Amino acid sequence: MKHLISARGLEAAPTVAILDTTMDMVDVRTREVKKLPTLRGKTVANVFFEDSTRTRLSFEAAALALSADVTTFTTQGSSVSKGESLKDTLQTLEAMGADFIVLRHPHSGVASTVVNSGWVDAHIINAGDGTHEHPTQALLDAFTMRSRLRGENARGSDLAGISVVIVGDIFHSRVARSNALLLRTLGATVTLAAPQTLLPREIDSWGAAVVSTLDEAIDLQPDVVMTLRVQKERMTSGFFPSESEFAQLWGMNDSRLRRLPPTSIVMHPGPMNRGLEISGSVADSPQSTVTEQVANGVAVRMAVLYTLMGDSR
Amino acid sequence: MTILIRGAAVLGGKAADILIDGDTIREVGSTTAAADRVIEAHGLVALPGLVDLHSHLREPGDEGSETILSGSRAAAAGGFTTVHAMANTSPVADTAELVELVAERGMHAGYVQVRPIGAVTRNLDGAQLADIGGMAHSSAAVTVFSDDGRCVGDALLMRRALEYVSTFGGVIAQHAQDPRLTIDAVVNEGRVSSELGLRGWPSVAEESIIARDVLLAEYVGARLHVCHISTAGSVDVIRWAKKRGIAVTAEVTPHHLLLTDERALTYDPVFKVNPPLRTADDIQQLRLAVADGTIDIVATDHAPHASSTKDCTWHDASFGMVGLESALSVVQHTLVDTGHITWPDVARILSVVPAAIGRVDGYGAPLAVGSRANITLVDPAHTANWDTSRLHGRSTNSPFIGTVLPGRVVSTIFNGTETVVDGSLVEPELVRNA
Repeated sequence: MKHLISARGLEAAPTVAILDTTMDMVDVRTREVKKLPTLRGKTVANVFFEDSTRTRLSFEAAALALSADVTTFTTQGSSVSKGESLKDTLQTLEAMGADFIVLRHPHSGVASTVVNSGWVDAHIINAGDGTHEHPTQALLDAFTMRSRLRGENARGSDLAGISVVIVGDIFHSRVARSNALLLRTLGATVTLAAPQTLLPREIDSWGAAVVSTLDEAIDLQPDVVMTLRVQKERMTSGFFPSESEFAQLWGMNDSRLRRLPPTSIVMHPGPMNRGLEISGSVADSPQSTVTEQVANGVAVRMAVLYTLMGDSR
Repeated sequence: MTILIRGAAVLGGKAADILIDGDTIREVGSTTAAADRVIEAHGLVALPGLVDLHSHLREPGDEGSETILSGSRAAAAGGFTTVHAMANTSPVADTAELVELVAERGMHAGYVQVRPIGAVTRNLDGAQLADIGGMAHSSAAVTVFSDDGRCVGDALLMRRALEYVSTFGGVIAQHAQDPRLTIDAVVNEGRVSSELGLRGWPSVAEESIIARDVLLAEYVGARLHVCHISTAGSVDVIRWAKKRGIAVTAEVTPHHLLLTDERALTYDPVFKVNPPLRTADDIQQLRLAVADGTIDIVATDHAPHASSTKDCTWHDASFGMVGLESALSVVQHTLVDTGHITWPDVARILSVVPAAIGRVDGYGAPLAVGSRANITLVDPAHTANWDTSRLHGRSTNSPFIGTVLPGRVVSTIFNGTETVVDGSLVEPELVRNA
């Protein structure tokens, strides 16, 4: 594997291997010397055309923990979001010595285009492209599920038999798309819960069941409820009538948490709208994995960089 | 100047000789007459010169991607002798002066007859009618009006446009796309858009506008032409309208007859086009609709774009594909070789009927004695991998590069002048001085 663009192309065995490597990286991070020399002399360029402080910091921490040099390029201006400038920007960064390009972009498909176009030779890691995919998020979510639900038996295992509900704005969510694909690859069963306005059309190929409300999904007694951030602009553009109605029908709250098995977990990729898709008390409950996901994010990204490093074709 | 074409299969039928004298077909059959020039055409199919109702020649304003001359050459190479140039140039073709300029430059280039299409609304802004009467009465004698690239979305404005254009015997060519239903839309809405996370262009956004427009056309008693229909549902609406006696005609592009939205799966912007590529079922219904006459014509929607607007991300890329050179090959591949239609039908959908819709003289009796000498000779047995050497415009955004397609235009004759000889374009000076 030279690039990580999409969860779609990932097969089960290499994915489990990345999750196992992530366990090793977690160990590294608990040692007194929290660094590996793997990427010494290599440069990781974080190229963010869309603001995301937490994802950028997570990749930076991962690269530094592997002893890489880190360059960061961030912009939100439209003048540099045009394609030709993207090509120029990436070629410039590569000319400055970037071996890995971690790319976040507001438009779907940009990471694929960069790989297919042959503009650069560097390893490309998709750190979120529009409403398409966010594969490292799906990996860290899978890792979090596996750790919590498999415990000591985690190493080497996939997610067979685990049932996951993904609830909320599926339509605009690259997290939901990457998760649905990766979870299926790992053998989990996925159920989506959302209003029709927030479900993409013809998603049979995702291999997920669909229910209307979160209550129907809770009735399935899932092992995992994954909530998604509702973007501010969706709240005023007619996808649902009001925030309160959304919270009522698709928000994860205390009464719904009580109806779940005590071993079930509640996830959120952050940043949260407390009181909308997830209530504050659920977010802070022991069943919530929100901060764990953030911590695992660094280890997963270390594992991804480590894995891609092994393929320098 | 006399030209004798020997042994061509006239409209795919019996082999015959065609004698051209000046700009007129003098004899069709078996002739012993001598001629200044003889074209051996055994094994070739003789068609009337092709007529495209929908091209973007980009001049004035975007001469980097195409000019009237380069687009005319691409057209001749594809077997065309008349093309209609869409109005969305810069400045927009919304005045008599502009359409006269386009027509004159076309005449000067000399490869094909360039018929300007006038804008429906001033500057394509969808607010106020353009100088329709002025363009109709200009020396360019515009008969087709279109805001193509944009839909005349406002129902009241569309009603007025249909009524006003009919005053001059013209026709509105509508780009059917509900603007509100297609905000930011860049790919067909369905399985592929959901997989790619790209904003979908739903079929209903086309079908609902066509349904509205055929009812408006019926109500005001005007002619309506629908550009590039792309969905099975649009076929149903057109079929219903025709059955009801509404004066509607419809076109389909070659690419919508062959390519599905699956081509977008790699985010290769060469496949970004408006309306978007649809599904295999849509393609099947579009082919059947050409066969049964529901769809009247094939038109190219030739849309050249400079490489910088295609060597980029899907989002940033321009919509459109070049298509003049490949149109006849795609029609042969998708409609003739599949048995849906025969060569006389090709003459109908690519020459006779588009000329009739655009009120272009000289195409009413294809290859008949006394007709204007607009002739295309095609070798249907030729098969080749399509590559950029087949393109003659300024842009190379063809979705067919790398595809094996049948058919090759061997000869094009425009008003008695050869513009393509043995598959090669004649040099501009020779065409111009003819």
